[in-house]
Amino acid sequence: MTALLEVQDLRVAYGKIEAVKGISFTVDRGEVTTLIGTNGAGKTTTLRTISGLLRPTGGGITFDGQDLGSVPAHRIVSLGLAHSPEGRHIFPRMTIEENLLLGAFLRRDPAGIAEDVERACTLFPVLGERRRQAAGTLSGGEQQMLAMGRALMSRPKLLMLDEPSMGLSPLMMQKIMATIVELKSTGTTILLVEQNAQAALSLSDRSYVMETGRIVLTGTGADLLHNESVRKAYLGEE
Amino acid sequence: MNELPQQLANGLILGALYGLVAIGYTMVYGIVQLINFAHGEIFMVGGFGALTAYLALPGGTTLWLAVPLMLAAGITVSTLVAVGAERFAYRPLRGAPRLAPLITAIGLSIVLQQLVFSFYPDAKKAKVFPKIPGDAFQVLGMTIQRSDLFLIVAAPVCMIILGWFVNRTRSGRAMQATSQDPDTAKLMGIDTDRIIVLAFAIGAAFAAVAAVAYGLRTGQVDFRMGFILGLKAFTAAVLGGIGNIYGAMVGGLVLGLAEGLATAYIQHLPGMHLFGGGAWKDVWAFVLLIVVLLARPQGLLGERVADRA
Repeated sequence: MTALLEVQDLRVAYGKIEAVKGISFTVDRGEVTTLIGTNGAGKTTTLRTISGLLRPTGGGITFDGQDLGSVPAHRIVSLGLAHSPEGRHIFPRMTIEENLLLGAFLRRDPAGIAEDVERACTLFPVLGERRRQAAGTLSGGEQQMLAMGRALMSRPKLLMLDEPSMGLSPLMMQKIMATIVELKSTGTTILLVEQNAQAALSLSDRSYVMETGRIVLTGTGADLLHNESVRKAYLGEE
Repeated sequence: MNELPQQLANGLILGALYGLVAIGYTMVYGIVQLINFAHGEIFMVGGFGALTAYLALPGGTTLWLAVPLMLAAGITVSTLVAVGAERFAYRPLRGAPRLAPLITAIGLSIVLQQLVFSFYPDAKKAKVFPKIPGDAFQVLGMTIQRSDLFLIVAAPVCMIILGWFVNRTRSGRAMQATSQDPDTAKLMGIDTDRIIVLAFAIGAAFAAVAAVAYGLRTGQVDFRMGFILGLKAFTAAVLGGIGNIYGAMVGGLVLGLAEGLATAYIQHLPGMHLFGGGAWKDVWAFVLLIVVLLARPQGLLGERVADRA
């Protein structure tokens, strides 16, 4: 079987500054794939380009056999690709339920949507308890859960999570990571971007290390976790 | 001082007119953060569209038939002009520095005025607009002109429809999402370009309703009518909290009332006898704006934008 997502020699630039300088990677079905790297490595730029929010200056993206080159951003989700963006970006002045429903904006099956709202509320009980509350009143960790729940509402083939642990307490972070493991066990394919390399590597099947717009290292999560240069650069070891 | 009820009525009617036009400023601003300074002219062309329909009708057509047709024509013209402006003037500038679309809007405003001035038959002077004939109504000490009945009915109907649209329809929710976070709205599958067009179209339709009301009320339309009214409506939108649709109507009503009351009563205050009468009403409107913005920079119903992580 071919990969679910295939990125070939992707280049992205902001004006004259190239942020992604020709990267290639694949995401296989049923796996958790991670992109790790420091700030400014080009990870978020890569995800935003896959989602169509940014246009590549070169290279190609193939998702589920379809070339995404000319697909506008608002059509991406209907292909089965959901993106939980960096910084969560929930809709602050809408309720939690309205946020979840927007995740299912293109779906036309009210019964299935209602079922998935319940599923999100089971996965993250805090969302169920505060359904009618404005999403802007949630804590950072709760907003992260909402963003993930919202992304799942489209029943994606591929879930892209950008820095889900950013700014969270260790406890909240554990909870988010446990959820990712849980989602994987139900067969969801995940592309995870993280600065928290330790957590990301320990739950990923395949990992790519990015540095200033290039992929510098590839391997299974376990490989990289034991790789000396990774340990030095990202896991804070001397 | 039994003229108070009358002043209140005049203020509210004028305010509803400002409010309907203010909706267009606030909706477009809420979605694309553009002050569409051509919106006053969108209002003006709606008046001319309605007038054209009236002139095309056979003489003696009852106003019960004529007004709806004029309304339809005005809405059509305003909406087409607004959607055309978005497509050909503003959309190409999306992502450009914010000053570029703003200057374009001012330029478009002048172009639209001059097009009507130059090409609408005999538009160099004000054109006579039909009024609703018959005696004024006397209610609770207020005199209400028949022509104002149109606005008294149309303004609440428009607001109810708008509230329903924004809160109860799929497109309305998509519009809220787009205004709160356009990129994330795209990730949800929302075609934000379509939503932007829709915001321009709704604002234009409301402006056209206001233009018909204005024509009926004053008995005329002219190519400059959008300038000062547009400015007042923009003031109303800022006063109510720009980006907030209910704020636009509240801002309009407050502005209309303030103008009416200030014009009537300020001259009776000690030492203020020189500041009475209609000549000063625009001054009071803008004084009110300055005072409100000093006390509540976000406007009367505006929300502090501190909810983004």
